[in-house]
Amino acid sequence: MKKCLRCLCQAPLSAKIGILLIISYSFVAIFAPWLAPYGETEVVGDGYAAWSPEFWLGTDNLGRDVLSRLIYGARNTISIAFVTTILAFVVGGLAGLMAAIKGGWIDQGLSRVVDILMAIPQLIFALLILSVVGTNAVSLILVIALLDATRVFRLSRAVAMNVVVQDFVEAARLRGEGLVWLIWREVLPNTLPPLVAEFGLRFCFVFLFISALSFLGLGIQPPTADWGSMVRENAVMISFGDFTPLLPAMAVALLTIGVNFVVDWVLHKTSGLKG
Amino acid sequence: MSTEQEKHTDVLLEIRNLHLEGFSDEKWKPIVRGIDLTLHRGEVLGLIGESGAGKSTLGLAAMGYTKDGCRITQGSICFDGIDLINCSADELRQLHGLRIAYVAQSAAASFNPAHRLIDQHIETAIRNGGINRKQAKAEAVELYRILGLPDPENIGQRYPHQLSGGQLQRAMTAMALACHPDLIIFDEPTTALDVTTQIDVLAAIRNAVSRFHTAAIYITHDLAVVAQMADRIMVLRYGQLAEEAPTRKMLKAPENPYTLSLWAVRCFKSEAKPRPTAEAPLLSVENVSASYGKNPVLSDVSMQLFKGQTLAVIGESGSGKSTTARVITGLLQPDQGRVLFAGEVLPKDFRQRSKSQLQQIQMIYQHPDTALNPRQRINEIIGRPLEFYLGLKGAAKEQRIRELLTMIELDPEEFMYRRPSELSGGQKQRVCIARALAAEPELIICDEVTSALDQLVAEGILKLLKQVQDQLGVSYLFITHDVATVRAISDEVVIMQQGKVVDYGGREAIFKPPFKPYTDLLFSSEPQMDPDWLDTHLARQQAN
Repeated sequence: MKKCLRCLCQAPLSAKIGILLIISYSFVAIFAPWLAPYGETEVVGDGYAAWSPEFWLGTDNLGRDVLSRLIYGARNTISIAFVTTILAFVVGGLAGLMAAIKGGWIDQGLSRVVDILMAIPQLIFALLILSVVGTNAVSLILVIALLDATRVFRLSRAVAMNVVVQDFVEAARLRGEGLVWLIWREVLPNTLPPLVAEFGLRFCFVFLFISALSFLGLGIQPPTADWGSMVRENAVMISFGDFTPLLPAMAVALLTIGVNFVVDWVLHKTSGLKG
Repeated sequence: MSTEQEKHTDVLLEIRNLHLEGFSDEKWKPIVRGIDLTLHRGEVLGLIGESGAGKSTLGLAAMGYTKDGCRITQGSICFDGIDLINCSADELRQLHGLRIAYVAQSAAASFNPAHRLIDQHIETAIRNGGINRKQAKAEAVELYRILGLPDPENIGQRYPHQLSGGQLQRAMTAMALACHPDLIIFDEPTTALDVTTQIDVLAAIRNAVSRFHTAAIYITHDLAVVAQMADRIMVLRYGQLAEEAPTRKMLKAPENPYTLSLWAVRCFKSEAKPRPTAEAPLLSVENVSASYGKNPVLSDVSMQLFKGQTLAVIGESGSGKSTTARVITGLLQPDQGRVLFAGEVLPKDFRQRSKSQLQQIQMIYQHPDTALNPRQRINEIIGRPLEFYLGLKGAAKEQRIRELLTMIELDPEEFMYRRPSELSGGQKQRVCIARALAAEPELIICDEVTSALDQLVAEGILKLLKQVQDQLGVSYLFITHDVATVRAISDEVVIMQQGKVVDYGGREAIFKPPFKPYTDLLFSSEPQMDPDWLDTHLARQQAN
């Protein structure tokens, strides 16, 4: 624990900024109901109200407080992105490690399925599935997780391939260890650094993807506040010189930058890259 | 006397009080500490020492070059009147390749695989030497001929992967000689080669260097090799000079205690035990043939190993030694033949073997770095077989780990909770031995366990293995390419060539003439600590 703290103190400025950003986003997401001045879907004033002491960032097309929706949006978008990324890593990561360890037909089979999935453009695939099964949070998570799991599979398989040929894995195999031990104790700990780095990046991509889907109307459905759909709903205001609709987009951008700062630092720490 | 004097006035390279530091673990640590070195024109200087002694760093510094993460903190390097430390990058580039050349340990990794040899060879000459392509090519062919490469006219048209390791190393030397440099740095050029190949390369290098009157720094950890190549030897330890003397004097009468211990390394020898008559063999490999895909690698291999004995399998790379081990452990399924352990036939695939069958055969690997999981601590590594095979838990397990660590001569208090990265190469190999012993096996397969270690450390490992055998009565299948190791610890010897057993017998019988032809070639190729050995050997080869 102490070591972790010292490590944090020695982190470069960019990483500290990144960590601070992530912590404040998480704080806002968790405590949204207490922080937001108004309810998420509550109509509190006229449409397109300007910034004022009453509505700090004005109101949207239906007269809902933009600040409150921005705060609730953090909660919805981040939690869905987080759950999706975790799911993608559990499925893709485990499949990748298993393919590398088992080799042979299992590896071939899994890899070809992944190739097929990756051959279809992600957005088209998501649009197709979502328009068939209908849009709700669960199907959104499952579809994006499946799509991202293919990328995670590729990476974890490639990294694990370099580990499974090492002698200590052979020693464990010859000892008669089962698959669970091989994955959990021998291979996974040695593939962790690139996977952690990828986790950060994947999280950003998922986040952007959800926002993109919401912007297209197939993501998180109204009236739930979400940064992607908030841009779409209020895009009209931009033509009147009001940059309020860009705020959710900036929120997305800022979090992405923060996560990337941290990922860079983790990668630097664990891969031994110098300079 | 006059030549002596001439030598003294003809200094090519002069290094004074050189200090070098390397950056590791977030701080600068000294690598080379106050080395003085003088090299005359046409002289070959041997640098020896164990890994980490600073040989290679010093060799590179002699070119005015430091690797990333290294820096020169003090001292001067003067090459033929040029101060290399204060040279600009451009000036250094003018010198490198043209007047100072470098031959690396792994020629295979140093050539660009995408270009033909001759194009790489003539590049420097054309860029700096002011000669045209045709002329450069003609000179390259001449050099290939001098270095004894087959088909010198056309070999340059090949790509690096089309040559063998020994040929590549000679091609690399030819490339270094391309501009007739004044100085060549050889950094362990034959370490990765088989003994029989090594001889050709050594002879070729020596011949070429003396022909062009080139000065050379020859870096190696093999005393016998340096004895053949160098006029003068410097022994380095911890970045400092341990001893310096002309080769013959150094070999005859080393003075420094460290040098003496290096010289004494090859003296360890165990008593060969006779084959027990009444017992059935512990391990019996019967007429095994195996292949990788369509390439046959083993044909009709048979050998027997008795309880408490050491069977050494020796051969060059590609002779099928390690493949035999893979068949015994069940990693590779043989096409024909079978493996019997304690009288019972082992299933071909290790996945079909029972836990106790797996427990009986343990492996120790060549590279201790990759044989230990870097993310596990020593107590986890040694404790796992105890838990897995013997069901030991808690205090009993810890007690046994302590016993094992004591047995391999590592202090349990100090090493129990360390990670592999916090150990030296020799210590790691000891942990590998402890892991194998933890399973309480009958047979341990040692696959080149000492090849990646320094000689002194390797000797310690051999002694430990011997001691363990006397104590516990385990059997070893000892795979190696080193004749000296076989002579030191084997009871019986199998000599393999191209997947076949060409000679097989007790140690005494194998090492006593008359030899079979291949055995003779293998044994006579092993460099001896005699500066005239190479000449004698070459003369003998020619007579045959």
